Amino acid sequence: MNMLQVSVWRGGASGGYRIYEVPRQESQSVLDVVTYIQRHIDPTLSYRFACRVGMCGACAMTVNGVARWTCRTHVSKVVKGNAIQIAPLANLPVIKDLVTDMRGFFDKWARARGQFVSGSGTTRKDDFARVASDSPERVAANAGIECIGCGVCYASCDVVSWNPDYLGPAALNRAWTLVNDVRDGARRERLAAVAGDAGCHACHTHLACSERCPKDIEPTASIAGLKRAVARAALKGEL
Amino acid sequence: MNNDYRARNHPAWWAFLMHRLSGLALSLFLPFHFWALGNALQGEARMDALLKWTEQPLLKFAEIMLVLLLAAHLTGGLRLLALEFLPWRGWQKSLLAWAAGAAFAVGLAFALAL
Repeated sequence: MNMLQVSVWRGGASGGYRIYEVPRQESQSVLDVVTYIQRHIDPTLSYRFACRVGMCGACAMTVNGVARWTCRTHVSKVVKGNAIQIAPLANLPVIKDLVTDMRGFFDKWARARGQFVSGSGTTRKDDFARVASDSPERVAANAGIECIGCGVCYASCDVVSWNPDYLGPAALNRAWTLVNDVRDGARRERLAAVAGDAGCHACHTHLACSERCPKDIEPTASIAGLKRAVARAALKGEL
Repeated sequence: MNNDYRARNHPAWWAFLMHRLSGLALSLFLPFHFWALGNALQGEARMDALLKWTEQPLLKFAEIMLVLLLAAHLTGGLRLLALEFLPWRGWQKSLLAWAAGAAFAVGLAFALAL
């Protein structure tokens, strides 16, 4: 049988790669490979997944150096010879093996004011707000709204590696969708939260987030939008 | 764990590297540029001697490289300005190709003295 040589990160922040031999199968995903190792070779291997169909984003890992959803990555797409290397996502603390601690990642969403704040004081008992689907704000928000928070962009971003305080592409993209939400009432606070050294101005426009996003979102465009919005607000004396 | 070097193998990262390296190289050249111009203060003969010295093939080649670096840094900068200030979506890669093509064309035009 054709066997894959799979080197998998074992341990926490310090650890090493261990090589496992996994039978090669047709239409095999990288998640299938990791699951095979845990169920048939080494039950102590820790990893995270839920939906297996590209809905939840839990199974993101570093495959041959590149952050990916393992459930949506065919072995045939990434295998080199018959070797694959699987590591936890970069830029996040490793809990064990392939599992990272994503608290810092989501805390940054909160720091970027990623929560909707009703601007008009309406409640769920009021009628729906009417937003034209072709209005520029709605179109801009739509472009970034499909993010599911998998952390692939965050793990791919060099600026996060260089400046651990940097809010990162996902949190800034979320802030941009809310800046374009005409119902939102925290625009000024949000722009203040994303301005500055660890905010949108730290982006180097490497476009790694846009290159790697499995949902084809372009956080770089959102970050550029935030830069313009912050500059405009500063010129008007709002910040 | 920091970002893996293999994650950087995509066109926009190479464009960033080119922009950064060309900028550094140009800033290293700048003192020599001013020093060369400053020679004019020492009189016409000294300046002419320096200009004659720069006629050597190796220095001519270096000059072409310099123009290429300048063109690459300029077009790379224009690309960044376009990304930052214009509404955009999905056309970054064509912009990269345009920036690289324009830089190469300028370098080539200079080399062939068109």
